[in-house]
Parts: sequence; structure tokens; C-alpha cells
Amino acid sequence: MGYTLNFSAVWRSFDRLLAGLGLSLMLAVVAILIGCAIGLFVAFALRSRSSWLRSPAALYVTVIRNTPILVLVLFTYFALPQLGVRLGKIESFVATLAAYSGAYLAEVFRAGLISVPPGLREAGLAIGLTEMQIRTSITLPVMLRNVLPALSSTFISLFKDTSLAAAIAVPELTFEARKINVETFRVVETWIVASCLYVATCTVLAVLMREVERRLRIPR
Amino acid sequence: MSAVEPLSFLDHLWLARMPLLRGLGFTVTISFLAIVAGSLLGIVVGLALTYGAWPLRWLARLYTDFIRGTPVLVLVLASFYVLSTVGLQLSPFQAGVFALAVFCSSHVGEILRGALQSIPVSQTEAAKAIGLTFPQTFAYVLVPQAIRQILPTWVNTAAEMVKASTLLSVIGVGELLLSTQEIISRTFMSLPFYFLAGALYFAINFGIERFGKYIEHRTTISA
Repeated sequence: MGYTLNFSAVWRSFDRLLAGLGLSLMLAVVAILIGCAIGLFVAFALRSRSSWLRSPAALYVTVIRNTPILVLVLFTYFALPQLGVRLGKIESFVATLAAYSGAYLAEVFRAGLISVPPGLREAGLAIGLTEMQIRTSITLPVMLRNVLPALSSTFISLFKDTSLAAAIAVPELTFEARKINVETFRVVETWIVASCLYVATCTVLAVLMREVERRLRIPR
Repeated sequence: MSAVEPLSFLDHLWLARMPLLRGLGFTVTISFLAIVAGSLLGIVVGLALTYGAWPLRWLARLYTDFIRGTPVLVLVLASFYVLSTVGLQLSPFQAGVFALAVFCSSHVGEILRGALQSIPVSQTEAAKAIGLTFPQTFAYVLVPQAIRQILPTWVNTAAEMVKASTLLSVIGVGELLLSTQEIISRTFMSLPFYFLAGALYFAINFGIERFGKYIEHRTTISA
């Protein structure tokens, strides 16, 4: 069957795709920032000596990691209002993605914490630092450098997960692409352009993170 | 005259047992087909990435990077809309399984490449020295070592596929999530039914995760 590519209809709506991409990026950045805070806290909780901290943290990570994110998104948006928690579309999605990324980032940070040699903590104790000082000025900086590669792939996969916001009609890139698809029937072109925008953004993110890794590397 | 008692969650659950079970069956079938097809395709991709001549390797790299850079939801929607436009008449089920299999193949390909490349070159050289041909080296030296690395990660990918199968609800495949949504739109009990769906997915994936841990335990060579 013949199908002639004609991108003009898609170019006419290109600014909508770009606006969608902007919203996708914004959702990802806000959710990841909150997720990093949750992830750090949970990672320390997972390594703590008290089981009152450890067990809830482990439960949180296991439950979130084994539940599909689409179910979480729909649950937060459609089911939580029955418990009296009523959030707007964007707030609800950001909250879900933040909770979701928190669990994944907690695993990344936990692996990073394990990789910090125990000698560093002991050295901190020897020069009279408190446990909190050791955490903020020794463990964290060393751990962050170690986890950067894993962090960048988690960031990229979380950025891709913003496409699920389309399911609750948040006008991000996938939602806009779907609308343009239905309006113009330029099916092939729309999805080629949308995928290329995602791939390009992911590539830029990967390059940026590699640059950060290079900058932060300890010179030998 | 007494008012009709409104049905409780358990009544609705009993009424909806067949659609829910059918949805669960669909979810398992979709994930299974996608994992099998994706892994077979992924083995080809992984081999092309590791041993292909440069044009083939370059093509395989382009394929994996493109697929891995695109959200699964976009792959699902694109495969649903695009394939029918270019003349392939696929049902939503077929288009969805196709998209998931393609997604799975790019992951399996990368896992396989990583595992094969992590085997020291000296192993291949030693095999050459004792006169093994490349197929023999591959079957007796490389595969047994690579498989230990691949299996745990591969089981994780399987859990990913079960989670990704929820995305097929968007194109109207009646798997567990869509059945749940249909029941909710009839009963308006979004809280218990979404919770139930979440719990079912959790149960499946938790089982897969435990299985992965077990496999990992069995395949590590104790030092």
C-alpha cells in the first residue's frame, strides 16, 4: 500500500509538540528533585540499625518497584479522592512520579552507600565528627560520585515515564502527539516526530550527565 | 417497603470475577508472548551488537538506542496507529504485543552484549589455542559464562514486561487494568478495585522478583 509522507501538518502543530516536551521536562525535573530527597532519606533508612526505620523503607521500595506505574498514576488520580485527597492532574502526576522515582533512586543511593568504604566513617569519627556531620560531609559526596552513572540512566527512564501523564490527560508530549494524530490523520509522521523528540531529549540528557560525571571526577 | 441494600465491594467483586480473571489471563499471555518473542529477537540483536560486521553493528546500535530512547507508551501507540496505516492490519492485541516485544528485544540485546563483552578476551584466545572453532567457542566457553550474568537481569526484564503490559489498556486490549477500569466505571468503586489490581500486579511481580533472587543465588559460583 502506498503512503506518502507529508510532514507539513505536523510542522504546523510543531509548537504544540514543543510545548508538550517542555511540560514533560518540567514534570520530570520536579518529580526527580522530590524523588531524590525521598530516595536519599529512604536509602539512609534502609541502612539504619533500627528496624523501625528499615522495615517501612523496605516495604515502600518493594511495593513501588513491583507495581506498574500506570496503576499508581490512575490510583493517585482516581482512587485517592475517595479518601479525601483531591489533587489536580499535574500535582497528582508529579506526586506519583516523585513517589515512584523515590523508590528507584533509593535503590541507586543504597548501592552507592554500600560502596563507601567503612574506613571513611571511622576516620570521621576519629577526628571527632558527629554521625550527621559524617553523613553530610563525607558519605554523601563520596556516594554521589559513585552513583552518577546509575543516576543518569534512572533520570532518563523517569523522563520517559512522564509519557504516562497522557493517561490522565496532562498535555505533555505524548498527549499532544496523540491529539495531532487524531486531528490530522498524519499518523506515521506524528509518531516519527514524537519519537525523535524523545530520543533527542534522552540523548541530550545522557550527554549532559556524562559531562557532569567528567567535571566531578577526582583528578588522578 | 425496605430499600434495596446497595451492593458491597465483595458483591461487586463476585459479580466481576470472570472479567477480572479474563483480564489477568490476558496480562499473563501478553507478557509471556512479549518476553518469548522479545528474547528471541533480542538474542539476534545482542549478537549483531557484539559480533556483527560494522554496518550490521551500526544498525543494531541505532535500533537499540532508538527503542531505548522512546517511552514504551509511545511505542505502543505508534505500533497501534502506524502499522495499520502502512497496510498491516493488526488487532490491538497483536500491535501491543509487537510493541512490547520490540521494547523487550532492545533490553535483552543490551544485556547480552554487556555479558558477552565482560568475558575476558583471554577466554576466547585460550579456546582458539586449543583449536576450537568460533561456534564451538561460543557454545562451550562464552555462553556458559554469559548465562550466569544474563539470567538475573533477564528475570528483571520479565517483571518489567508485566508492568509494561498495563500500557496496552490505552489501546483497548482487555487486560487486567482495562477490565478493572471497566468495572470501576460501572461500580464507581475506584479505591478498592484499583487497590486490588495493584495488589495482583504486585503479587505477580513479587513472585518473579523472588524467582530472580533464587536464580541469582543458584548461578553464582561461590568464591
